[in-house]
Amino acid sequence: MTTQPMQFVPGSEFKRRAAEVVANPFLRKSFRGAMDFLIAKRAAQFPDPELLERQRTLAEEIRRYSLSRLPALLEQLEANLVKNGVKVHWAENPDEANAIILGICRQHDARLMVKGKSMVSEEVELNHAMDAAGIEALESDMGEYIVQLAGEKPSHIIMPAIHKTKQDIAKLFAEKVPGVSYTEDVDALIQVGRDVLRKKFMDADIGLSGVNFAVAETGSLCLVENEGNGRMCTTVPNVHIAITGIEKVVEKLEHVVPLYGLLTRSATGQAITTYFNVITGPRREGEKDGPREMHLVLVDNGRTQAYADEQLRQTLQCIRCGACMNHCPVYTRIGGHAYGTTYPGPIGEIISPHMMGLAATHVLPGASTLCGACGEVCPVKIPIPDLLIRLREEATHEAKPGHAPLVGQGAGKTTFASLAFKGFAFLYSRPALYRLFAWGATRFRFLTPSNQAGWTATRTPLKPAAKSLRDLLAERRIDERKSC
Amino acid sequence: MQRNLPAGPRPKDVYFFATCLVDLFCPEAGMDAIQLLEREGITVHFPENQTCCGQPAYTSGYADEARAVAKAQLDLFPENWPVVVPSGSCAGMMRHHYPKLFAEDPMLKAKAENLAERVFELSEFLLKVLNVKWKDSGKPTKVTLHTSCSARREMGTHLHARELLAQLDGVEVLQQSHESECCGFGGTFSVRQPAISGAMASDKADALKETGADAFLSADGGCLMNINGTLEKRRDSFRGQHLASFLWERTGGSGGKNGKGEKA
Repeated sequence: MTTQPMQFVPGSEFKRRAAEVVANPFLRKSFRGAMDFLIAKRAAQFPDPELLERQRTLAEEIRRYSLSRLPALLEQLEANLVKNGVKVHWAENPDEANAIILGICRQHDARLMVKGKSMVSEEVELNHAMDAAGIEALESDMGEYIVQLAGEKPSHIIMPAIHKTKQDIAKLFAEKVPGVSYTEDVDALIQVGRDVLRKKFMDADIGLSGVNFAVAETGSLCLVENEGNGRMCTTVPNVHIAITGIEKVVEKLEHVVPLYGLLTRSATGQAITTYFNVITGPRREGEKDGPREMHLVLVDNGRTQAYADEQLRQTLQCIRCGACMNHCPVYTRIGGHAYGTTYPGPIGEIISPHMMGLAATHVLPGASTLCGACGEVCPVKIPIPDLLIRLREEATHEAKPGHAPLVGQGAGKTTFASLAFKGFAFLYSRPALYRLFAWGATRFRFLTPSNQAGWTATRTPLKPAAKSLRDLLAERRIDERKSC
Repeated sequence: MQRNLPAGPRPKDVYFFATCLVDLFCPEAGMDAIQLLEREGITVHFPENQTCCGQPAYTSGYADEARAVAKAQLDLFPENWPVVVPSGSCAGMMRHHYPKLFAEDPMLKAKAENLAERVFELSEFLLKVLNVKWKDSGKPTKVTLHTSCSARREMGTHLHARELLAQLDGVEVLQQSHESECCGFGGTFSVRQPAISGAMASDKADALKETGADAFLSADGGCLMNINGTLEKRRDSFRGQHLASFLWERTGGSGGKNGKGEKA
């Protein structure tokens, strides 16, 4: 099955795609309904704002602490995983990750891989690499299965097929799954997926999964899921390969508990998921199930760039709940595909520049009104608006002296914007000049252009008042003097 | 958002930082805000050299330019008086972002922190510092409130404005759907991403109008221009008014000068 390669999105492409979705009332209504549903589900899980605040503070502390010890924790994790019989691999970039996984597949003459949901596997375009090597990589999460069948990419990190309606899926299954006729009955549709996947689980040579939390102290990999497909992928095939980003490590098992509780409540409004897997090594002697061989691929892919900077490091606190996109008014208008990145929405805007470079992504940190809804709901308190502002600066300027440039540093710089803001600073830092400007802008308001670029596309032109506040105050002073 | 309020008696003097939008685009709202303060027996000082808080450059990633503009405001408020701002986002900029902007210069940082501590959004100041008690003098009316995002999340304006409006017997405040959602202005976002911004503004205008209110109120010039401009382009007669003007009119101010329907 062919998947689309990662699509790099220069500014105009993002704008064009966003405009397309915005102009589609059906999609608009569908996204709005889906996000409203998720927002309400989450809200119902957090009736006590003070308790939520304490939980968020604790979760933030755990993530900050874990990141502060990241190199040591990764070494500890590796040592304990090896002790548990897990082979650990390090991949600096997507190509390396894919080569490692392909290598393992070849060792086992693998023809079929079943996949649990893994955004890191999306990030490295694993399906594409497997496809090119002639290995079938089949998504077993229902949402992922749907987007794979449609030849698309996930549009949301938790609900990959949220852009699809029941009717879309009914049509897709009838077209693509042999022997299936059109039905809008959701249970029947789910059963179609189940029937296809059940056999594949049994036939698969390799099971691949992501990781939600990697516990250094015990060498355990925690996997959060609802469908049981994660457990199937990690226990039925003879070989289990887990893939994750290097930031997912925590020190102790007890650190997982508060994070897990916030993850599921923030993501889907569930107090707990149907399945929570703690995987501590392959099948041991005397055990009757579980994979005979287990691997972990730890992927960097730009994370160390974020890690190197104290402020940008906060990006790595993310536990991938998706609440920021559910609450984002921009995401709600345009959906996930417009971003053209593995991770859409606010978290995507701050993490994609590290993964794909600013040359491809410089427009994304600007795709936000900085309304702050994302930061407000983030369970680990990532100050997303501050990071967006920071990346806007990095996207339009050279690196500051003493700072290593980010990949694609300054790629979004334009002469027009630089001059405009220089002009802004020149005018507004000179009070006398500003007063002259205000005097002119009000007296000559009839000269205000009626076409004001993007502003007047949907609004009437901005026109200064006939008199500024300064003028009104000056007139009042004169009136007062007269009446004395 | 919780902060220490000035202890002791009511302040007798305040500085007024009008913001560039109010100065040029809705000066009447500025006048009404000043008069609301003066009626409480306060001398309002308007530093003539004020321009803009620097937010457009700051949020666009042009920190040096924002710093230059912000620096020009730092010395305008030498007395230890409160600085009242009729805009939640500009107040938020001065209160929360100035200290960060000058983090690397100890002297300017101290100045910025001193100023930040004294900055109040207008409704916050009227309610929390002056503890105004008003009597409504207008005809019964229905309004709905739109609070800018930084006013909401950085200054708590939605709560303050609501409490002030609750003092007015003839005013019914209606709840819009998706109340806490952004109107799509976002400063330069509105011109950088016109399609998304326009869609958000349009949805916000719908939500406000669907309440059946006579008008909507906002304490932020940016949101007012965005939503009113959208309504006007649609040839819709529904309009928003600056909170300060509404409060001034309802509580016995001269009224009519910035009446409903006037474009902010």
